[in-house]
Amino acid sequence: MGAQTINYPAIDWLAIAPLIILLSGMMINLVIAALTRVWPRAWYAIGTVVLAVAAIIVEMFIWHDINQDGSRIIINNALSIDHFAMFCWIGIAGALALVSLSTAEYLRREDLEGPEMYALYICAAIGAMIMTASNDMIVLFLGLETLSIALYVLAASHRRRPDSQESGLKYFILGGFASAFFLYGIALIYGSTGTTNISGIGNVLSTEVFVNGDDAMLLAGIALLIVGLAFKVAVVPFHFWTPDVYQGAPTPVTSYMASVGKFAAFAALLRVVTTALPTRAEDWRPVIWVLAILSVVVGSVLAVVQTDVKRMLAYSSISHAGFMMIGIESIGHSGDVEGLPATLLYLMIYSVLVIGTFTVVSLVTRTGDDGSDIGSFRGLGKERPALALAMTVFLLAQAGMPLTSGFIAKFGVIQAAAANESYAIAIVAMVASVIAALLYLRIMISMWLSDEESGDDKREAIKVPFSAGIVVAGAAFFTLLVGVWPGWLIDAAQAALQLAK
Amino acid sequence: MSLLASETQGSLPFPILTALILVPAIGSVLTLMSSNRRPEITKLIALLTSVFTGALGLWMLASFKTGEAGYQFTSKHQWISTWNIGWHVGVDGISLFLVVLTGILFPLVIIGCDPHHDEKRYLAWLLLLEAGVMGSFLSLDLFLFFLFFEIVLVPMYFLIGGWGYDQRIYAATKFFLYTMVGSAFMLVGIVTTALLAKNDLGHVSFDLVEIAEGANFATSTGRWLFFAFAIAFAVKVPLFPLHTWLPDAHTQAPTGGSVILAGVLLKLGTYGLLRFGVYLFPEAALWSREIFLTLAVIGIIWGAVAATMQKDLKRLVAYSSVAHLGFIVLGTFAFTSEAMGGGVMQMINHGVSTGALFLLVGMIYERRHTRLISELKGLQKVAPIFAAAFMVVMLSSIGVPGLNGFVGEFLILIGSFNTARWWAVVAATGVILAALYLLWAYQRVFHGEPDEANSTFRELRLREGLVLLPFIGIIIFCGVYPKPMLDRIEPSVKAILERVEEKTGYVAPHPMVLESHEGGEG
Repeated sequence: MGAQTINYPAIDWLAIAPLIILLSGMMINLVIAALTRVWPRAWYAIGTVVLAVAAIIVEMFIWHDINQDGSRIIINNALSIDHFAMFCWIGIAGALALVSLSTAEYLRREDLEGPEMYALYICAAIGAMIMTASNDMIVLFLGLETLSIALYVLAASHRRRPDSQESGLKYFILGGFASAFFLYGIALIYGSTGTTNISGIGNVLSTEVFVNGDDAMLLAGIALLIVGLAFKVAVVPFHFWTPDVYQGAPTPVTSYMASVGKFAAFAALLRVVTTALPTRAEDWRPVIWVLAILSVVVGSVLAVVQTDVKRMLAYSSISHAGFMMIGIESIGHSGDVEGLPATLLYLMIYSVLVIGTFTVVSLVTRTGDDGSDIGSFRGLGKERPALALAMTVFLLAQAGMPLTSGFIAKFGVIQAAAANESYAIAIVAMVASVIAALLYLRIMISMWLSDEESGDDKREAIKVPFSAGIVVAGAAFFTLLVGVWPGWLIDAAQAALQLAK
Repeated sequence: MSLLASETQGSLPFPILTALILVPAIGSVLTLMSSNRRPEITKLIALLTSVFTGALGLWMLASFKTGEAGYQFTSKHQWISTWNIGWHVGVDGISLFLVVLTGILFPLVIIGCDPHHDEKRYLAWLLLLEAGVMGSFLSLDLFLFFLFFEIVLVPMYFLIGGWGYDQRIYAATKFFLYTMVGSAFMLVGIVTTALLAKNDLGHVSFDLVEIAEGANFATSTGRWLFFAFAIAFAVKVPLFPLHTWLPDAHTQAPTGGSVILAGVLLKLGTYGLLRFGVYLFPEAALWSREIFLTLAVIGIIWGAVAATMQKDLKRLVAYSSVAHLGFIVLGTFAFTSEAMGGGVMQMINHGVSTGALFLLVGMIYERRHTRLISELKGLQKVAPIFAAAFMVVMLSSIGVPGLNGFVGEFLILIGSFNTARWWAVVAATGVILAALYLLWAYQRVFHGEPDEANSTFRELRLREGLVLLPFIGIIIFCGVYPKPMLDRIEPSVKAILERVEEKTGYVAPHPMVLESHEGGEG
């Protein structure tokens, strides 16, 4: 009975420094805030932005480090530190900063000020970052739950709006189901491959030969895994929660769900299909094909018939998720060469777009956060031309108009599809995007081309606070910059191709 | 014809084509940023920008080397290197006059058409539109072309939707969505073309010249790709039965929007069919010519018959556009150098004459606040100069000898008579129908005794006359002396035809008319 030695894994502190920064920042934030009175104005938000920016700076260092030393798997094969992960981390931290800024004035307007929401944002970001870098199904699940639980609470965080409570509860119940599916999928895959390690699964599947029929457990596992992640990214037919939750949740939270939530779940899906399941592409590709087609079509068509802008944007986010699915479908044909950078590019561009769009929506819905009917946008072009112009840029980008980032995103995905001769999916997606364009046109018509009605002048005037102004201006600048000069972002997404396996 | 030989570096010391695109774009931003309190400065900025652009266009025309088929003044830069997309612009005989026309039309529209409200935004959209149109005509990179082709939709949408008439939002949305459906197919076509070019070129290429010189597509692939492109252009032209957006868009658009729409925007379709359809996929174009000829002829007759029945003067002109563009498509798919050259020339003629017609109809509306033919009567008595201007423009649109419309239509008909005889025969009746509906409309509007409402119809003012003067000048000059124009168009058209012959073994009939025709015309 000698003294048992526990082999602690070596820890690459630099690589997880962004996580540590955010985690400790969140703790300090909560502790200090608990001990002091409510801080004035936007200081919680500024603190969060500082944390996010610090995380981004460290992530840049790690990116540089990977350039020199190559990507690596750390902490006992739990996390992959590669360009892919850093691309996602930078995106997530950026989204965290933007959403915190747009939340600051929202909380003041709704009289909800306090540090909790920021702490939950950070918590969700940590979960998302772990998801995107995980090299183990269990770690992936931990990240997923950290993200999801924070988002459930965030969705319900408007204490005086029943819609918000309903949204949180709905999201929680359905999300719980999805997590169960996902976990069961992991169990089944573990049962058939003997490992939960993502690159380990890939290795096993590339050597193991299944005689007919005895891979049923593996296939069931893959199917459940896809169901779980498809719920999180909200693709048809796992989308039913999206419109209600997006509409009910506080608008900044909606933008956070649509950006960070999608980012993390798509990154996880990308990593699973490229690292663990590339040899089973023939099995999962048809599933993804169906999900992609259904999402672009159903999302676009249902978006057009809505009258509530948040609901419209929820359905349009389903359609965008369908576009990203197209990138994943093309991975099923020829590996990650075209599909992976295209999907990452789309994720990054869409995240910024959706935050910009929802920030404008949040300003236009005015106090109470329930004036998100399309009529609220009437006359915005006259009242707040700059805000309306920025919204126009976001909407045109979502419609895929050239010289905006949205076009680059769609182009990348269509190129990936065409490179793998998935012409049908490319054409269906493009035609569906025309249907979706009608929806963006409806909002633009309301802003620019509809005359104000008699009751309109009694409405509360729209204020554009400084912090939200920064978010809108920054997102619009990014949208146009990437539209005109996209090379750098495309190269960064291309760099993500060297996954640590 | 090698790659290098087909590109002639211009003699100008700066990239004039890039300037043609950037100057209006910058002007648009400046207009938008100008002060709200000084509207006259805003207008001055817009006007100077558009005049400067027009002058650049004329300068380019003056330094254009006649008799060369290839692209001139080209400039080429890497843009998105990962995808091998470049900023590649150039001009040849086919796009030359379209660019010049664009440069001339915009300042005239800015001077001649009053938006009545929100002038600043109106001017900004107009200049952005000019940049987009210029870019579409000048791009030699498929990606770049698509970008401009699509971006044009946005300013036009807002121009129709913001400054149009009662049904403007319906018309603008219809215009936007119709065109976008076409573009959806074209985008997939462009991407596939670029990726398939890799098989022959060794790298993905969006460069029109590289693809045309180096890439060979399998017969069936080429046909699919051709149709992906052709749908987008057929909507834009618009070809029957995809034309239904046009009457709405034209009727509801403000006068300036209609002039630009008819003058240059529709030409994006016919230009695209020639440049990206016939030139890039000659086999597929030749194979499908009967479809296009038939649709073109149906469009000619349909447009004419529909125009005859219109009560609204502006809608009448809109339907006449459908007919005229049918002629251009007929010429393009007749595959003879006269017909193709005539088609290119007719693009300009239609732009000038229909643009002027829309201006005149707009002036009538300004005075009478109606466009209904039945409300107008006897205008010739009260406004003889106005009537005379209308007459000249209308005769040009009918295609009366001595005016520009005749030269183009004559070349198209005589060229297509050899290779598409029966289509040409039917199309020829379209010329007669054009005379019918336009003269009948003229008779109802201008002849007779003016009733009370029409007796106060104001005569042409100086500003309006000055705006119309360039149109009438071009109409008469090109009608009497079309040679300078044809000399510049012809080599490029012949180069396309030679390419068709080389790729498919098709033999175009020997041009018999052109040489003798040019001198004797007028």
